[in-house]
Amino acid sequence: MDAFIACHECDLIHSFKTLPARGAAHCIRCGAVLYKHKPNSLERTLAFAVAGLILFILANSFPFLGLKIGSQVRETTLITGIYELYVQGMQVIAILVLFTTVLVPFIQMLCLLYILLPLKFHRLPKGLPRVFRFVNSVGPWGMMEVFMVGILVSVVKLAGMAKIIPGISLYSFLTLIFVLAAMTVSLNSHLIWHIWGENQ
Amino acid sequence: MNRDLTTAQAAGLISCHSCHLLCERGKQSWDRICPRCGASLHDRKPNSIARTWALVLAAIILYIPANVLPITVVISLGKAQADTIMSGVIYFLHTGMWPIGLIIFLASIFIPMLKLLALIFLLISVQRKSNWRQQDRARLYRIVEIIGRWSMVDIFVVTILVALVHLGGLATIHAGPGVLFFGAVVVITIFAAMSFDPRLIWDTEEVSHE
Repeated sequence: MDAFIACHECDLIHSFKTLPARGAAHCIRCGAVLYKHKPNSLERTLAFAVAGLILFILANSFPFLGLKIGSQVRETTLITGIYELYVQGMQVIAILVLFTTVLVPFIQMLCLLYILLPLKFHRLPKGLPRVFRFVNSVGPWGMMEVFMVGILVSVVKLAGMAKIIPGISLYSFLTLIFVLAAMTVSLNSHLIWHIWGENQ
Repeated sequence: MNRDLTTAQAAGLISCHSCHLLCERGKQSWDRICPRCGASLHDRKPNSIARTWALVLAAIILYIPANVLPITVVISLGKAQADTIMSGVIYFLHTGMWPIGLIIFLASIFIPMLKLLALIFLLISVQRKSNWRQQDRARLYRIVEIIGRWSMVDIFVVTILVALVHLGGLATIHAGPGVLFFGAVVVITIFAAMSFDPRLIWDTEEVSHE
């Protein structure tokens, strides 16, 4: 690791120290987390990214909710919901939803796979800094967990007027949220930049 | 304050915002690029205060149509009923589903308002070079950064309702124009929080030492 690090929230310089297992270093002035000890960061993140991609494909291939009124049944996937908004003239909102719930999580997993898989086998992926910086900048716009709360609210809202049928992919969605969260937590960006710096 | 405390800025260094490498501040102000990851280097986020103010003001203006215009229009058996964010919350309270009403109220009304007020407070205190309760203000900024995304709940609810409730003459839900403004408020406040530089809260310390 580098010898020193400046706190990203208050600019104070700290020296790097080896942390105990699963420990975290906080800034002594403002309390922001400086860095954390993450066991097997590379392997774990890689595993979660692969699992996430599989769940992502499942979650988007099948309907996640169905609605039954009398004999009429209507089911929806995430994509058809976005399409419906688009057709109704809400193109901007449709693109916002597409970006935050489909594109960003997908791009995030693909890019991490692209970076971590070669690193695991001691190779450097082409254009690592550019790809990794890109992932870190779009990352905050992935909002799968917020979408899950949206599903919950919609179900309660519709429960009074019709019968709600949970779709096959609802469970994939649920699992995907935890996998994505675990992937983000286990990723150690200091480690990746360090490997890149050493091998340049 | 302890004399051992040195900021990167005071030491003539710049911490790369992308890979956190401490870089020497060059003589030229242009082409400062991190030697490790290639990101452009800045002492502080450029024009942080002006940018954040602009985005906050834009969000305040858009907050009004977002709350006044309907976000959904339910057409059921020939009757149309328009709902704003607040009337949706009230509907949940009346039908006894207050936990859901509370979620919507917090996510769609309380969080955007709290974010805007907190950012205005942070901006003014930084501009006045206040060193009042810096640690608490740093914590406030962290909260603002984390909660912003949860305002998207209502947008997602509308997406799901529009997709599901599409049963011809029986019941159909359309998205109302309020969604557009509300979406803009959420996105703009997230950008506003991103453009604020929390290091400005602490920059008063070095000044007061001199």
